[in-house]
Amino acid sequence: MNLDFLVQLLVNGAIVGTLYGVVAMCFVLIYKSTKVVNFAQGEFLLVGAWVCWALLVQFQLPFWLGFLITLAFMFVFGVLLQVVLLRPMIGEPILSVIMLTIGLSIVLRSLLAWIFGEWTKRFPEVFAAESVNILGLQVQTAYLMSLVFALLVMVGFYYFFQYSRMGLAMRATAFDQQVAASMGVSIKHVFALAWAISAMVSAMAGVVIGMVNGVSSALSFFGIKVFPAVILGGLDSIVGAVVGGLIVGLLENLAQFVDTTWLNWGNLYEIVPFYVLVIILMIKPYGLFGTKDIERI
Amino acid sequence: MALGADSPPCGEFRTTYRQDTRIFPSAMSANFAILGVILAVICPLVLPPYYLNLMIQIGYFGVAALGLNLLVGFSGQISLGHAAFFGFGAFTSAYLSTTTPIPVILCIPLAGVITTAVGMIVGIPAGRIKGLYLAIATLAAQFILEDFFSRAEWFTGGSSGSFAEPFTLFGMTLNTDQGYFYVVLAFLLVMYLLASNLVRSRDGRAFVAVRDHYLSAEIMGINLTKYRILAFGISAFYAGVGGALYAHYLGFVSTEGFDILQSIQFLGMIIIGGLGSIMGTLMGVTFLVLLPEVMELLASGVSGLLPGITEGISYLKEMAIGLAIVGFLIFEPEGLAHRWKLIKAYWKLYPFSY
Repeated sequence: MNLDFLVQLLVNGAIVGTLYGVVAMCFVLIYKSTKVVNFAQGEFLLVGAWVCWALLVQFQLPFWLGFLITLAFMFVFGVLLQVVLLRPMIGEPILSVIMLTIGLSIVLRSLLAWIFGEWTKRFPEVFAAESVNILGLQVQTAYLMSLVFALLVMVGFYYFFQYSRMGLAMRATAFDQQVAASMGVSIKHVFALAWAISAMVSAMAGVVIGMVNGVSSALSFFGIKVFPAVILGGLDSIVGAVVGGLIVGLLENLAQFVDTTWLNWGNLYEIVPFYVLVIILMIKPYGLFGTKDIERI
Repeated sequence: MALGADSPPCGEFRTTYRQDTRIFPSAMSANFAILGVILAVICPLVLPPYYLNLMIQIGYFGVAALGLNLLVGFSGQISLGHAAFFGFGAFTSAYLSTTTPIPVILCIPLAGVITTAVGMIVGIPAGRIKGLYLAIATLAAQFILEDFFSRAEWFTGGSSGSFAEPFTLFGMTLNTDQGYFYVVLAFLLVMYLLASNLVRSRDGRAFVAVRDHYLSAEIMGINLTKYRILAFGISAFYAGVGGALYAHYLGFVSTEGFDILQSIQFLGMIIIGGLGSIMGTLMGVTFLVLLPEVMELLASGVSGLLPGITEGISYLKEMAIGLAIVGFLIFEPEGLAHRWKLIKAYWKLYPFSY
């Protein structure tokens, strides 16, 4: 048994887990405020990463400018999606809404693969140092940056929903749409803003992950990995999303360790989250922090 | 003036419960169905292999999609793992036909039965959860089964795939498109009749009751868990038979092609065709099988104007599927079956649409 390897994997797991947490938070944000299950969350990462890559590499913009333009683009993109595609679906059965986002994800993924190609493309180097030494562990600078980024986003979410006027309006809408509307909250604005914020933050996550691993269609798989995380944490809990993401990240890397040390089955880490997902659905379908729906006749 | 006894009333009037549950509401529709089957039987004699290949695809996908419509359209449960069952049926039938002496004609239903068992196991969570949670559980099942296909080399041949014996009947080997067309047609007819009979039976009405209001259904004495798991089993049976037909058509099954995208296409077929419509299912399957071919034709048509378009054709085909699903959901959520009903109603009452 190789202890250094285990620690290294756990550190990786924690970092990847916080990123899962960020994407899961974006997913929960949309679910909580608009009751839409967004199967295209992974494609938001992809869109953001490719747009930023195109600005940085093809238009040779400096990083900060390219990043800001990407965020602005994603804001408009999120609002447009909500207004054009999701608004007509309000009141439709859940299957239709799910299929709409799935259809959207197919369109986006194939469109981006057509424009940018199937191969992984690298971002230009942003940091001078490749990796830094923390307590005897070699940690890649990009990983460290993604950890800092994830923590910043989480703190940002906390302050936004706790103190800002719009954040409070969004929470009120999630709690009860009719009451919020009668208190003067514009539900349309809240819905559009939820999609916009989710798209923006997902795009940031996409850029960060793209810097570490390069940009390719594989990024959209984050959108699928989100499901174990949110089911574990509870579909409508932002805290749950973060905790769930972290657990899934750690679990994947633990499975990788068990696999390489004892079992040698190969690729165990890819499938373990889904087994966990099924087990959780069987024993505790509303997750760790989710609210249980109680139906009255 | 009252209508005479000999002049038939305009429109369709059902006065007894028996009339309401008939398969064919009128003699006309029965005649058209028979005409359709006769036309299909003539097809292999006159059509070139390209069209036969497409029709065979419509056949085996149609069988699988019928099962999905019974599950999603009739019992109201979402499954994102239908392609995995389709694949399981394909591998089972290939495995049975090569390692056991069972004739292929029995392997196909047997593969369906074994897939039913798998489907019921996957459906067990349906007893406890529903809606979105069930969708995610079936998504997990899709990935777990796909993972199983790539691991279980004794069963699927792993990454190299496995071979399936050609279909033989009374010493004849039906491995040409012409011969196999009749096999698929026969299976499709039987499965279609089974499905349309199921939905007018007690169990079919129970499915609809569970879909429309599960609490009321339970109060009426319908065992929810039983019917939910039964729906999964039936849908898996259809998927298994469809997959087995696919396996024996190609003669070779690889682990590719049973991925989440195929599951989404199955859902797309039933949404485009119309949820809760048996005939609509086949319309939707036809639509989604022909869509890529039409895209290819269009792309080669405009390739003079847009030179880069032929390289992107595979992406364009995928995008067209996504766009078709989104477009139908927004503009025609009840699918082609609904449109067909409107057309029929228009002609039935022509020229006085009162």
